[in-house]
Amino acid sequence: MSLRSFLDSIEPNFKEGGKYQNWYALYEAVDTIFYSPNHVTKSTAHVRDGVDLKRIMITVWFAVFPAMFYGMYNLGVNANEVIAAGQGAALEGWRGAILYAVAGSDASSIWDCFVYGAVHFLPIYFVTFCVGGFWEVLFAMKRGHEVNEGFFVTSILFALICPPDLPLWQAALGISFGVVIGKEVFGGTGKNFLNPALTGRAFLYFAYPAQLSGDAVWVAVDGYTSATPLALNAVGGVDAITQQWTWMDAFMGAIPGSIGETSTLMVLIGGAVLLITRIAAWRVVAGVFLGMFLLSGLFNMIGSDTNPAFATPWYWHLVMGGFAFGMMFMATDPVSSAMTNGGKWAFGILVGVMTVLIRVVNPAFPEGIMLAILFANLFAPLMDHFVVQANIKRRLARV
Amino acid sequence: MEYYLSLFIRSIFIDNMALAFFLGMCTFLAISKKIQAALGLGIAVIVVLTITVPVNNLIYNYLLADGALAWAGYPDIDLSFLGLLSYIGVIAAIVQIMEMFLDKFVPALYNALGVFLPLITVNCAILGASLFMVERDYGFAESVVFGAGSGVGWALAIVALAGIREKLKYSDVPEGLRGLGITFITVGLMSLGFMSFGGIDL
Repeated sequence: MSLRSFLDSIEPNFKEGGKYQNWYALYEAVDTIFYSPNHVTKSTAHVRDGVDLKRIMITVWFAVFPAMFYGMYNLGVNANEVIAAGQGAALEGWRGAILYAVAGSDASSIWDCFVYGAVHFLPIYFVTFCVGGFWEVLFAMKRGHEVNEGFFVTSILFALICPPDLPLWQAALGISFGVVIGKEVFGGTGKNFLNPALTGRAFLYFAYPAQLSGDAVWVAVDGYTSATPLALNAVGGVDAITQQWTWMDAFMGAIPGSIGETSTLMVLIGGAVLLITRIAAWRVVAGVFLGMFLLSGLFNMIGSDTNPAFATPWYWHLVMGGFAFGMMFMATDPVSSAMTNGGKWAFGILVGVMTVLIRVVNPAFPEGIMLAILFANLFAPLMDHFVVQANIKRRLARV
Repeated sequence: MEYYLSLFIRSIFIDNMALAFFLGMCTFLAISKKIQAALGLGIAVIVVLTITVPVNNLIYNYLLADGALAWAGYPDIDLSFLGLLSYIGVIAAIVQIMEMFLDKFVPALYNALGVFLPLITVNCAILGASLFMVERDYGFAESVVFGAGSGVGWALAIVALAGIREKLKYSDVPEGLRGLGITFITVGLMSLGFMSFGGIDL
């Protein structure tokens, strides 16, 4: 029996009046993963295109794969080098059991490093996906909307911007907040105003700063602390970073950080896919880059005797921390960023400017892209409003 | 000059009246359905704050504070217990004058704001700014900058909220949360975004 006929044969159970009609959302989700839906828009004008919301979301999901796989490998390299140098204990507990069952802890072996990363990242992703998926399906069933692939993107982005040592219950809590308060209370995908993954991450950041910031969380080895380039930058500027890493290290990704954000190169590869397929708005990406470029240039010119981060040039801002990841995958969220062309530029520039501002001026947070995007999300509807008003005004003048 | 600039920035973003101190919530939630009305109210609050904070500053420093009446020959009198009363009086008077002004010259805005214009009198953001001014010992020039900055910050917040609420008109909020419920959640999430300024020390 083919999959299609199997799905068709069980469909009546999920229809109105069937045995499992409450579970229709779940059936529909499984069905549309394998087959494109056969119903079309019934009212008003619509665009006919093979690329629907589901394909868009899946493309984004695939686009983060380079960053994800490299992130897992890099996590293992960082940790194994520390262990080899005798600065930290080898992995214990169930993670250790799995690791040593299939691999060793040799920093020069790609497989060993990859597995080391996988036993950290995959549990976080698994928990994120299951808990977030639970809320998504629950709301879909109770509120009668579809389970949306947007959640694939939210869950993987959320898992990738967490530190590798994140306790799993915190991952569950964070994604719950992100999905429920950030998205579902507004009615689901497309109706929220903040990026749900970032909302959950920011919630965790303020609720449990000990597990989400500081020097101890970025390398997944117990008892070992290592500052990220961003933290060093806040204290000592570029000079403090170059004692440990070169620019190329940071660009390729051989630095500690959240799982998915370390390799700028891999993020840019994924981002290029999104830009070429026009899923990510190039105006937003260009705006973020421009805002960062201009403000860091301005800070370079002003200079400061007390704050060495003023002198950090734009190409370091680009490769440190989550800037590239946020620029490509977070700021371009089609729901929470601005919708009009002018609004996209303004939105992007605000994100870029705020990122550098927080990184350089705010001593409380070494990284700024997360809060910068959330902050810009607040003003995105306003930007659209003024762009639309300006359009109306211009066209009225022609009447 | 740099000091005043940083005070201005500080009062707009870091010590935002609405999203860091949660002051002025009643009008903040009630008049944020439309961007135009929110903009009007925001400007009204800026004007009222820029006038009342300096005026209250003069009243405090030359009439109420301990020893302030020395110029009149009474160096031992401390009238600061009358502070709250005087500030509210000043605010009420200035709001009343502004109401008459708007009624005469900008009737459209006057109608849009409706009952909430007189209610600016009891807007906690406005009294709050005067009380902060006393607590932090601002001088006259500082109080002008602080008043204007707090007003701009509050206006910015309410206009952003109005923008979000106009967008949320298209969303599908669960029955029990419609109206004020979802607005409270929205404001909470907004202040999460404004946390990006928390900790900046200008």
